Amino acid sequence: MKHLEELEDKSVYILREAYKNFDNLCMLWSIGKDSTVLLWLMRKAFFGHAPIPLVHIDTSYKIKEMIEYRDRLARDWDLTLVVGQNKEALEAGMAPERGRMECCTALKTRGLQQVLDEKRYNGVIVGVRSDEEGTRAKERYFSPRDKNNDWDFRDQPPELWDQFKTRFEPGTHVRIHPLLDWTEINIWEYIKKEDIPVIPLYFDRGEGLRYRSLGCAPCTTPIRSTAKTVDEIITELRSTKVAERSGRAQDADRGMEKLRKDGYM
Amino acid sequence: METAKEHFQIVFVGHVDHGKSTLLGRLYADTDSLPVGHLDKVRDICARQGKVFEYAFLFDAFLEEQEQGITIDTARTFFSWGERQYIIIDAPGHKEFLKNMISGAARAEAAVLIIDAGEGIQEQSKRHGYLLSLLGIRQVVVVVNKMDLVGYSEEAFRAIEKEYRAFLAQLRLEPQYFIPASARNGDNVAATSTAMPWYRGHTLLESLAHFVKLPARTDLPLRIPVQDIYKFDPRRIIAGRVEAGTFSVGDTLVFSPSNKTAVVKSIEAFNVPNVIHSVPAGRSAGFTLDEQIFVERGEVASHKDAAPEVSDRFRANIFWMGKNPVLTGGRYLLRIATTEVEMEVEAILGIIDASTLGRGESPQRIEKNDVAEVIIRTRRPIALDRYADIDTTGRFVIIEGYDIQGGGIVMEVFKDEQEPFRAEARRRDFEWRRGEIHLDERVQRNGHYPGIVLFTGEKGSGKARLARHLERRLFNGGKQVYLLDGKNLQYGLGTDLSGSDKEEMVRRFGEVAQILLRAGQIVVSTTNTFALADHQIIRALVHPHTVITVHMSFVEGALPDNTDLHFLESDDLKAAAKTIMELMEEKNILL
Repeated sequence: MKHLEELEDKSVYILREAYKNFDNLCMLWSIGKDSTVLLWLMRKAFFGHAPIPLVHIDTSYKIKEMIEYRDRLARDWDLTLVVGQNKEALEAGMAPERGRMECCTALKTRGLQQVLDEKRYNGVIVGVRSDEEGTRAKERYFSPRDKNNDWDFRDQPPELWDQFKTRFEPGTHVRIHPLLDWTEINIWEYIKKEDIPVIPLYFDRGEGLRYRSLGCAPCTTPIRSTAKTVDEIITELRSTKVAERSGRAQDADRGMEKLRKDGYM
Repeated sequence: METAKEHFQIVFVGHVDHGKSTLLGRLYADTDSLPVGHLDKVRDICARQGKVFEYAFLFDAFLEEQEQGITIDTARTFFSWGERQYIIIDAPGHKEFLKNMISGAARAEAAVLIIDAGEGIQEQSKRHGYLLSLLGIRQVVVVVNKMDLVGYSEEAFRAIEKEYRAFLAQLRLEPQYFIPASARNGDNVAATSTAMPWYRGHTLLESLAHFVKLPARTDLPLRIPVQDIYKFDPRRIIAGRVEAGTFSVGDTLVFSPSNKTAVVKSIEAFNVPNVIHSVPAGRSAGFTLDEQIFVERGEVASHKDAAPEVSDRFRANIFWMGKNPVLTGGRYLLRIATTEVEMEVEAILGIIDASTLGRGESPQRIEKNDVAEVIIRTRRPIALDRYADIDTTGRFVIIEGYDIQGGGIVMEVFKDEQEPFRAEARRRDFEWRRGEIHLDERVQRNGHYPGIVLFTGEKGSGKARLARHLERRLFNGGKQVYLLDGKNLQYGLGTDLSGSDKEEMVRRFGEVAQILLRAGQIVVSTTNTFALADHQIIRALVHPHTVITVHMSFVEGALPDNTDLHFLESDDLKAAAKTIMELMEEKNILL
């Protein structure tokens, strides 16, 4: 388990650097396994405390169990929860039927942007992993976003020897990625090692189906699987070659590249 | 359940067009490491766009990259083979993208260098070798690619091997393997080539398994750069990563450059099954101390007998990635471990020519992508090590504006004239037997921190008058203050000294001052006996207490170094004292 220790040490180091260097910091919590591991790592870094507020963007299309699970953990772990929602877009009837890209942009990207603008966060901690899909492999640990929330992946500042970008122009912000080096299997290995409570949607509950990646209900489909425990998920992942996000509609046709360039997490 | 695999990070570097992306694509395809359908998907895209499929396209996540035909940024990909999970860092070869290559290579444990058999060794190939050695990467495999273009000729391969080996030897880099390969045709990538029967060595895939995990830095002297101090609950936890060595509960730690010492009371952690007694290098740790000493981010904890160097001047090799050239006298921010300090490039000793490894003569400036030898001076003394002794506290980055624009390694730490006094202060501080009352308590009762105000200037310029006035003002304001005149030491503490023992007199003055400071006093010092150099000695001896230097003169003129405030003989006494007290507030002596 040495490699899990290495991953944990690096993530903890990054979280502490972020906490020290940014005066207005938040952590995005999608309720999924990755950002929940990230939340756990925050408690590791700060010795049982969660001093950084957690932002959840509620598209209103999330699976109901996710919201219940969110509120329970927030209570049990004494979290500061900030829930963002693009109400105008929802009132105007935004829904996946209007087009997935449009819906994701309005409810997620815009919804996040609204919270960032309102709270003026200058550091946003996000649980993306570089093995998820191509564009995420190009992220730095500390990745600047300009005033329009754009990401210029062609001209990123250098990052070496765990010295990160902690200075930034007023009006811009930095995305911080402590999980960049983790893989999907590492996440599950760590959940097992630390006994982290994850949402039961990830497990097969007798129907031969489980979610491998969680998003909005209409745009996320469960995969065929009989994995009922963390161990069974790890075994399953070791033998699969199907991409993790194959159940996520937004990834098709370079969707993520366009979404992420505009500020999607 | 299968046991978890070891992780191993490898960077792939090579001149643009030498076939790095193709080699990687081939490696993944031939080891069946691509996601299901990915190969077909990319073939489809090529067919749609009317392009001939190339293995290189498998990793180009962005359309821009395919259009320009070069890899823009450092991408990380994963593949499992044998007992390992490899993390492959694809570092671009284009000259403009040095900063991405550095970002990628800086975190790798080994490197695969790619050379085009047809084009041979380019300036870029040499520069890459040089940078890898500068970044401390010692494990290297060289792939001579595109062997199909030279008819799989052994002579061509051997010529390149000979030349490049000789070059790398100058950098004390010895590649484990030289592999003739053709990424396009798959020769010696994952499968042994039939086209080159003369080669009996490893394939690239086999060679990867021969890289070894770097030994942990556990055997080196202890270094824990303080990252932060947490008071979320009654525990006061000092957080930091153990960069080298090991520490345990009960160890006496010294913090540099402040020279504070304390004993480790407990090691703290969240959700661990057992109490932790010691922590080895590599781990992000947290601990409490037996005493509430004031330490802050940037200090380095070590054991007493093997503390880091403390200096404000050192020689370094740096690489520069910024658009603006570096000139002599250029000011930047320097970051070494968790220390951040203002720095100045005191001298540029030479630009290193990556092709010949020679040093150019007295250059005026360091341009983007240059590697140079420089002397750096920091605004205050910092804890650091020679890179050759401890790499993690011997390397640094240089920040210009908002971004990291350079990096470097410490070659030699200079000792200035104050060094004997600094060393004395450290020895004395390490061994100091403290009383029952902590400085914190004194500060709380006094309502201010200790600090020393040194007056300099010509005889008769009004130093004594202002110093006395300041003492009176502070005292009347309820502060603990004492005016220490150097002359007073001559007939008591210095009675055995003759006029020529001035330095010893200054040393004794500094030691007296530091005792007063420990007692929580504000010390005001005025004397004609001490010159400017003497003040530097006093600074070294009273470190880390706050020093304010006030210079007085009859007319406006050049000021001595380190002068904080300047007054004329004719200036109003009250206004001058007020200005000094304002600075004392700013510097956090007065609260």
